[in-house]
Amino acid sequence: MKPFDYIRAGDASEAVDAAADGATIIAGGTNLLDLMKHEVMAPGRLVDITRLDLKRIEDMDGGLRIGALVTNSDLAADMRVRRSWPALAQALLAGASGQLRNKASTGGNLLQRTRCYYFYDTAMPCNKRAPGSGCGAIGGATRLHAILGGSDACIATHPSDMAVGLTMLGAEVEIMGQGGATRRVPLTEFYRLPGDTPHIETVLEPGELITAVILPPPAAGAQTYRKVRDRASYAFALVSVAARLRLEEGRIAEAALAFGGIAPRPWRDAAAEELLCGEQPSEALFVRAADTLLQGAEAQEGNAFKIPLLRRTLTATLSQLWKESSQ
Amino acid sequence: MQITLNINREECPLDLDPRTTLLDALRNHLGQCGTKKGCDHGQCGACTVIVNGRRINSCLTLACMHEGDEITTIEGLGAPGALSALQGAFVRYDGFQCGYCTSGQICSATAMLDELREGWPSHVTKDLTGEAALSDAEIAERMSGNLCRCSAYPNIVAAIREVAEGEG
Ligand SMILES: Cc1cc2nc3c(=O)[nH]c(=O)nc-3n(C[C@H](O)[C@H](O)[C@H](O)COP(=O)(O)OP(=O)(O)OC[C@H]3O[C@@H](n4cnc5c(N)ncnc54)[C@H](O)[C@@H]3O)c2cc1C
Ligand code: SF4
Ligand code: FES
Ligand code: FES
Repeated sequence: MKPFDYIRAGDASEAVDAAADGATIIAGGTNLLDLMKHEVMAPGRLVDITRLDLKRIEDMDGGLRIGALVTNSDLAADMRVRRSWPALAQALLAGASGQLRNKASTGGNLLQRTRCYYFYDTAMPCNKRAPGSGCGAIGGATRLHAILGGSDACIATHPSDMAVGLTMLGAEVEIMGQGGATRRVPLTEFYRLPGDTPHIETVLEPGELITAVILPPPAAGAQTYRKVRDRASYAFALVSVAARLRLEEGRIAEAALAFGGIAPRPWRDAAAEELLCGEQPSEALFVRAADTLLQGAEAQEGNAFKIPLLRRTLTATLSQLWKESSQ
Repeated sequence: MQITLNINREECPLDLDPRTTLLDALRNHLGQCGTKKGCDHGQCGACTVIVNGRRINSCLTLACMHEGDEITTIEGLGAPGALSALQGAFVRYDGFQCGYCTSGQICSATAMLDELREGWPSHVTKDLTGEAALSDAEIAERMSGNLCRCSAYPNIVAAIREVAEGEG
């Protein structure tokens, strides 16, 4: 690990000032320190935000305001979340391990970096780590890589389970800049696609601090999070689906879908959702939604399996919600 | 930098490079080698300690971030002659072969049982708002952050189940 200076922020404005001055924010540290040990990230200064007052989950406008330092464990254990936003609790519980979830923060989880093997291996080219050096993954090992939303420069996936749940639920990110003013960005507009600048991953400006995530009021219908991975626990998603269906008189009145493991950001597809609305649920309809979603999917040898896997996972997830809604 | 850590109810003054992880502070600076280093990247759980009542991976956190926290390691849970319930059960059930993962397993299980008492659900809990039954599947899922290279899993689960049931 490269040497760094360590400072502890006493309040949010201290953190924002330090970050604007070039310091890197550390929260749970479970992603940042891992990357610093590999020297994939080598900040000269760390600003520790763990003493800030951002650890509360508050009722707000019928929804919730989740402080950026709320741990993944505490959020998943919150009875309001378990009762009214179960897909979020399930997504959190499907991620990492008990120990990691006790440290992982809501803000840090959103900003965790990709698990692309070449991003981690400083001996390999990687446009995300070293812009302009090339992409080691294209033509290489791509089991964890994207089939949608990638570019010639980068096909990395965003690894978070939580972010997929939050995206399906329509969450927003609350961001504080210098001077203390805050703005809110819907999660669907928070992450950037790689294009030819894969090192720029979000709309955060240098020095901005995530202060909270805002959940809208609970939506009607049945919802769930399903994750497919190489082992039953403690592994990143190959494919995951967060879904909500609301049926009315035997027809789908509302559908919300988000996908993990397949794209550089939690993936939403309005056309697939629209295709479902107003229709009578059936396996054939679900397959058509999957086909719409997968239009334009581009696979490498190592991740081509994700196309049929995603089709089956979406169909199974929607069938489950349909069954639950009809009971 | 000068810091003081509270480890097993004892104040420990330290002079550390900010890069020092909590794991390295324990092993290399305080000579408390019960906590083990497996992967050093959050992937195995050998380094599990309990901070303010919650289990964490000590390899993925900086020592300097834990001033004022209550840190408990395997040495703080019990000692020969005065073993904790889980330590005793691991011995009786042969919950190990080489023993390298064991301190992490026991620290993890100790805090995991507290999570269970507080009603936390897990990935395999069917009813998210109900009470989790203490099945072997629940124990395995909740302990998935602790790998055992010797695959002593059946005996680890048996030891944990005995302690959990003894309470119930
Ligand atoms: C072995 C292993 C397995 C894992 N498996 C999974 C999995 O299956 N699913 C999953 O979703 N995740 C998984 N994770 C990742 C884990 O969820 C993340 O490491 C964690 O959520 C990051 O949160 P943190 O608070 O520790 O972030 P940190 O490491 O502290 O920070 C991460 C990044 O966010 C920035 N940051 C943090 N907080 C803020 C803020 N408030 N404002 C602005 N910037 C901020 C930091 O500067 C840094 O760049 C795994 C991790 C490991 C090590
Ligand atoms: S996929 Fe992206 S992160 Fe991975 S090597 Fe290519 S440029 Fe780097
Ligand atoms: S040494 Fe910390 S998890 Fe492996
Ligand atoms: S007993 Fe050898 S690693 Fe678990």
